[in-house]
Amino acid sequence: MHTETKDHAELADVFNKNEARVDWHDETLWWIRQKRDKAVNHLPEWELLRETASQIKDNVLSNLAGYLVQFEENAQKNGIIVHWAADADEHNNIVLGLLHSKGITKMVKSKSMLTEECHLNDYLENNGIEVIDSDLGERIVQLAKEPPSHIVLPCIHKKKEEIGDLFHLHLGTPAGNADPQFLTETARQHLRETFLTRRAALTGVNFAVAETGEFVVCTNEGNADMGAHLAEIHIASMGIEKIIPKRKNLGVFLRLLTRSATGQPITTYSSHFSKPREGTEIHIIIVDNGRSKQLGREDFRNSLKCIRCGACMNTCPVYRRSGGHSYHSAISGPIGAILAPNLDMEKYADLPFASTLCGSCSNVCPVKIDIHQQLYKWRQVIVQNGYAPAGKKAAMKLMSLTLSSPTAYHIGGKAGRFVMKYAPFAVNNKLNLWYKQRDMPEPPKESFGEWYAKNRKA
Amino acid sequence: MKVGLFIPCYVDQFYPGAAIATLQLLEKLGVTVSYPKNQTCCGQPMANSGFEHLTGGCNELFIKNFAEFDYIVAPSGSCVLHIKEHLHSHEHEAGAAGISSKIYELSSFLTDVLKVESLPSKFPFKVGVHQSCHGQRGLHLSQMSELVAAPFSKPHSLLKMVKGIEIVPLSRIDECCGFGGTFCVAEEAVSAKMGKDRVEDHLSHGAEFITGVDMSCLMHMEGILNRRGSKVKVLHLAEILNAD
Amino acid sequence: MVRKKQEGMSTTREQILNAVRANQPALKVLPEVVIPADSINLQAKFTETLTTIGGKVIKAGSYGDIIDYIKSINKAGDRVISSVAGLSDVILSGNTSPLPHSLQDVELAIIKAHFGVAENGAVWITEYLLSQRVLPFICQHLIVILNADDLVANMHQAYEKIGNEHYGYGTFIAGPSKTADIEQSLVLGAHGSRSMTIFLIKPPSD
Repeated sequence: MHTETKDHAELADVFNKNEARVDWHDETLWWIRQKRDKAVNHLPEWELLRETASQIKDNVLSNLAGYLVQFEENAQKNGIIVHWAADADEHNNIVLGLLHSKGITKMVKSKSMLTEECHLNDYLENNGIEVIDSDLGERIVQLAKEPPSHIVLPCIHKKKEEIGDLFHLHLGTPAGNADPQFLTETARQHLRETFLTRRAALTGVNFAVAETGEFVVCTNEGNADMGAHLAEIHIASMGIEKIIPKRKNLGVFLRLLTRSATGQPITTYSSHFSKPREGTEIHIIIVDNGRSKQLGREDFRNSLKCIRCGACMNTCPVYRRSGGHSYHSAISGPIGAILAPNLDMEKYADLPFASTLCGSCSNVCPVKIDIHQQLYKWRQVIVQNGYAPAGKKAAMKLMSLTLSSPTAYHIGGKAGRFVMKYAPFAVNNKLNLWYKQRDMPEPPKESFGEWYAKNRKA
Repeated sequence: MKVGLFIPCYVDQFYPGAAIATLQLLEKLGVTVSYPKNQTCCGQPMANSGFEHLTGGCNELFIKNFAEFDYIVAPSGSCVLHIKEHLHSHEHEAGAAGISSKIYELSSFLTDVLKVESLPSKFPFKVGVHQSCHGQRGLHLSQMSELVAAPFSKPHSLLKMVKGIEIVPLSRIDECCGFGGTFCVAEEAVSAKMGKDRVEDHLSHGAEFITGVDMSCLMHMEGILNRRGSKVKVLHLAEILNAD
Repeated sequence: MVRKKQEGMSTTREQILNAVRANQPALKVLPEVVIPADSINLQAKFTETLTTIGGKVIKAGSYGDIIDYIKSINKAGDRVISSVAGLSDVILSGNTSPLPHSLQDVELAIIKAHFGVAENGAVWITEYLLSQRVLPFICQHLIVILNADDLVANMHQAYEKIGNEHYGYGTFIAGPSKTADIEQSLVLGAHGSRSMTIFLIKPPSD
């Protein structure tokens, strides 16, 4: 996928060429949003849980260094080996070094958005390591040589027929068989062989508990456990923000996570890793990769509260109609749009603008991140850092001058409804873009101001 | 009670009918309303595009126009939200803060300040109600479907006072219409698709009119309706509440 | 690119911690969680929830009921493993290798759980109850034995019950493994067990 040259609007435009498919994508994700609504409405304490989770994360972010040190100390006491990585390169290099040290050339991996962020698979493959993703959705996009389009549902953009074709090509299933049950069974057999023959397994981390040094990995498929419990070396990659203070805080987060993500009351497996099995090793890599910088951005700090449930994607009317790949970033959707500019403001300057600021994302967020407010704030930061197109700057200056002056506004209005030229929906004179699928409003014979002057005495 | 009428720029220029209905409705309810003639815009178009730093002129003008009033009322949730959240001034910050606390979107002014309990209006048609995001999620004019909380709706409670009206149900009660200010041209494909989907929800439930508290959303949906040759019309909430 | 630890230079660890210290805001207090548990019929709620997520609940009076059930579903030649004292004599069909891989052909595994959670149908299992961590995942089918009195209402109570217990590995399991990655069609039996049956044990005398 070479999406770097196109921005969100252009990629969304391509996605919208097939309207039936957009409808399908929209309805699939809306269905998940509805499942989420149903699940959360079973809990009268839902809003209190969200508030509590948000406050726990506030505490975490305010004492992050302390908790990281505490976690490291306790994990080491448990016999876990802890590594630190400042960025993606360092993380990838640590993984490669661990594999080299054991003479391992093949690794099985369960879902980890951090490794997507670090482009670990590409790096390892370029260094002669075969990586197989074991989450079914991740395996499917891996076979398709695509990045995941959703953090929880990696191949939500793919139709079952396309998956059937991929399996036919790579796994030898009969051509034309697109039955989800059959395809899942095929993947089960294929990956079981993988689990049984891999000496190294990499997993992500959902939560790392400072108080105990344990970490929790949540899956529905059981793939993280199958990989970890059969391997000699279990590598767990975590961002610094995955820390929570106490074990009992898991009660809050595990209640929120899966209800928000898929509408299930909990994932099938919530596994707590504290010590390695006898004769094996657990390594944790604690990764910064821009997070400490985001921590210092007061307006954007609490984006680090994210627990990666994906609810903001499912509810986002723009995400549902543009697809995850249109965000050209490892983490797509509203949360991706407030995380990505921190990593590369120029490359991701378009993302905070890929929103109507409707605010639904902030309302579903289980840790109450003010996502839409941050989208607004990123727009200001991006413009002030000089990443706005020149034409837009000029139009905005003119608009500002006109709207700051009643005289200019009224002259502009009289001279053929100035709004026609500079209205909010027609900035940059791109009237044609409005008109492509929508009619213009009919200009009335007089403005309200003109009517008022005639009909009401000042 | 001195009430200043704030008419957003695009309502002034394109939808004077909504503004007139707002004025007449308030007058009917016994409120003395004046319209400062030097008003222009709340500055939101610039701010939402990332140019909040260019809104200083608009802000000063707004404060100058409206500081004297006890209440400021506007037929737009979006513009009111912008003023509430983003009106600042280096020289008149107290004035800005004062305005933020006394500016009301029309429906909440009717329900919360005037505490309207009945209306003399009549509108014997099937109406779909569009929940504009900034009014709903920003100003909490209605409960939001994402939250676990008791439902309410200020616009609905007012519409229910109108004789003969039938409010049609919707499949997605508070999905965004896709207007989004400059989003509507910057992200043309998604914006138009969102508008089409929203309109379809109203049409498939038999709406003869689509109403709401924000003319910008309605303008967007009107553009879609007219393009598909539909006879369904959009009307601002004020126009229905003022109908007889 | 890659930072090697050199003398006189700070390590990556110190760099990260220093950056975090420099950027973290003033301390905010950790909230206490005060969420009361509803007084509900725990067994009914647990059964309802687990059934909804694809599990099965059977009430039993004694281990004898479980043995009868296993004999009724077990086909000749199926490998059955139990880590439950009191059952292994009857059903154990051999587990001698210390390698977890040796469990790859297990058809049915029978394990005990410490307790269950009514709100989500999950059971808490630590490795103390397992011969191998991989057992409940690698088996084709899973039976879990749970004392009917060992149920809590929600996850807050669950962690209260776990307390400060030390374990090398513990997991909540809620139903059979599943995926909906293909067009959101729910399929049971992804990588872990294809089914999960819970025996709620309550002696008749109670």
